[in-house]
Amino acid sequence: MNRIISKTMLSESVCRMTVEAPLVARARKAGQFVIVMADAELGERIPLTIGDADAAAGTVTLVFQTVGATTAKLAALEEGGAVAAVLGPLGRPTEIRGENGEKPGHVVCVGGGIGVAPLHPIAQALKAAGNKVTVIMGARTESLFVMEDEMRAIAGENLIKITDDGSSGRKGLVTEPLEELCRAGGVDEVIAIGPPVMMKFCCRTTEPFGVKTTVSLNTVMIDGTGMCGGCRVSVGGKTRFVCVDGPEFDGHQVDWAQMAARMSAFKAQEAEARDHACRIGLIPPRKA
Amino acid sequence: MTAQEKLSIPPQEMPEQEPGVRARNMDEVALGYPAEAARTEASRCLHCAAKPCMKGCPVAIDIPEFLGKAAEGDFAGALATIRKSSLLPAVCGRVCPQERQCQMHCTVGKILKDSGKAVAIGRVERFCADFEARAVEEGRLSPPAPELAPPTGRRVAVIGSGPASITAAADCARAGHEVTVFEALHKPGGVLVYGIPEFRLPKKIVEREIESLRAMGVKFETNFLAGRTRRIADLLDEDGFDAVFVGTGAGLPKFMGIEGENLIGVFSANEYLTRANLMKAYEEGRADTPFWHGRAVAVLGGGNVAMDAARMALRLGADEVHLLYRRSEAEMPARREEVEHAKAEGVRFHTLQNAKRILGGEDGRVRAVECLRYTLGEPDASGRRSPVPVEGSEFEIAADTVIVAVGNGSNPLVAATTEGLEVDGRGRIKTDGAGRTSVKGVYAGGDIVLGAATVILAMGEGRRAAASINQDLSAGL
Repeated sequence: MNRIISKTMLSESVCRMTVEAPLVARARKAGQFVIVMADAELGERIPLTIGDADAAAGTVTLVFQTVGATTAKLAALEEGGAVAAVLGPLGRPTEIRGENGEKPGHVVCVGGGIGVAPLHPIAQALKAAGNKVTVIMGARTESLFVMEDEMRAIAGENLIKITDDGSSGRKGLVTEPLEELCRAGGVDEVIAIGPPVMMKFCCRTTEPFGVKTTVSLNTVMIDGTGMCGGCRVSVGGKTRFVCVDGPEFDGHQVDWAQMAARMSAFKAQEAEARDHACRIGLIPPRKA
Repeated sequence: MTAQEKLSIPPQEMPEQEPGVRARNMDEVALGYPAEAARTEASRCLHCAAKPCMKGCPVAIDIPEFLGKAAEGDFAGALATIRKSSLLPAVCGRVCPQERQCQMHCTVGKILKDSGKAVAIGRVERFCADFEARAVEEGRLSPPAPELAPPTGRRVAVIGSGPASITAAADCARAGHEVTVFEALHKPGGVLVYGIPEFRLPKKIVEREIESLRAMGVKFETNFLAGRTRRIADLLDEDGFDAVFVGTGAGLPKFMGIEGENLIGVFSANEYLTRANLMKAYEEGRADTPFWHGRAVAVLGGGNVAMDAARMALRLGADEVHLLYRRSEAEMPARREEVEHAKAEGVRFHTLQNAKRILGGEDGRVRAVECLRYTLGEPDASGRRSPVPVEGSEFEIAADTVIVAVGNGSNPLVAATTEGLEVDGRGRIKTDGAGRTSVKGVYAGGDIVLGAATVILAMGEGRRAAASINQDLSAGL
């Protein structure tokens, strides 16, 4: 059990929750994630990215959108309560330019919707390693922006906001300023985290410029330790496990169509679960 | 009773749920002997001086001794004999491949020229364990009090909580060491909980074993991934552990590397079984984890895991389940009983056939498996006759679900995060044969050393490694 230290709803559907997890807080590095359960008996295990952590206080901050049964249950928990399980930190840490043998340079961080949350520790680490960090934050509408102050603290002037409806910042898509930056030159690396379709189009945008583009994938997972293989994706024609080989991959190598298809595998069941009326029968009747 | 009289006692059948009924529920298939049948079966033992059965037992249980006691109705005494060598009789009585171990060497089976008529050692073992458990449950008996050596003040960390780890933890705790078990999942038990289904090994039994460890003072920390949450070196250098046992198992599913393996509806057996077993996805409407409503299911593989997956698919409502295995039934690595059970429940066996590729529709979902026929050639390195594909023999089996059950590799995480820990070409941790690894203070056993094996072999490994730990700690290392 991990005690909930604080909980805020950032918008109607986005929750920011800080939970006690001292070992995770101490060990985590940018780019890693946790598996969380709302209920240990019949609950589901879902991967959530670590938005922030405080090693001294022994806490990690999770930012998530209520999209399924588990995120809804989590969002319904209150300060002083507890989440049933937090396992982590999982996955490989981000290779931070400036720490990985390459010289610091100009890195553009693109975050879509709550993709800004996992991007935050990465941008922080990139800045600390001496890189120039430009942040592009995109959302459908103004109320869906998260962690803007935190990102501004890192990027300062170099923060570009863009919304689909023009309610805040520029009107348009994140790929537009991204293309302009690539065209202007001097971009050494791009890190894009957000909905799959956004990451895919960011990769399409940077490919003609030959700019290395890293994406962070969030596929269906159960254990998060390499045991189930449910999270597998094709990268450069090879099957890789997001939980242990990722979550970050070279976006130009990812088979986006296959990943999107796999992520929708349980859509029907999930929809059913949302408007489910309990029925006792364990096994569906056999077709005659 | 003379030998001749003993040989004339018919092998006792174990009651089972009817195939048509059990294929639709999660309850245990085999119901266990009644006391009288257990005594009768045990009395079939000839008590040969050479005890050939013991040579077939990876942990060398004194089988004739326990059978002798069981035949007299002294089930507690029989269990005490088993416990001298094996920690998990209720589990092993159910999941050991006895026909390839103790029962294969049984003289009774040899005389009757049918290994299927050997003394049913596993069934008697199971009965003895269940007999005690029932007595404890009904309050007629207090739980067996573990004998613990006085506290040594030394601390042992056990990584993973499957059969190897459970055994190592118990043996180290008995020696007076303070033991903490670290488990990555949210429930302890390892493969006994996530992999082996309820209908073959009720989870209550695993919980009972975990409880008996707790009663010995063993602590459990779930949601802890060694290598990520803490590294092995942290446990030794900073957290005050004197020894670490690594029993992380073979938890990295192998795929076949064929076309279509990432289509929607293709699962590793690990995923398919974990959803059902650990996550209880079959409790639809109560469990949050969704399960896959496969109607026509193809299972690839011929081991116990393949049988478990195929039988689970039936229980989850499949109309038809096809099991494809590229060798013949004689080479199948699964326990005989599981093969028989699967057939009786309606799993359709396709031997000497294997998937060539998995075909999908435009929606990215599985629609069929393209198969090839095989013949058997010369024996290969494993000693089994090698399968040879028949050119041009392609045909399709319609399926909306494919479960890949072709084995597990070694999870690389502990090795990758422990400096100096030597592994072989397949990622298995190298030991000195007694559980000691290349790193001082670090021991290993079970499938992470053997590659995917069996519960009883893993237990034997855990026991050997614990003996080394206890020896090294008492020598002051």
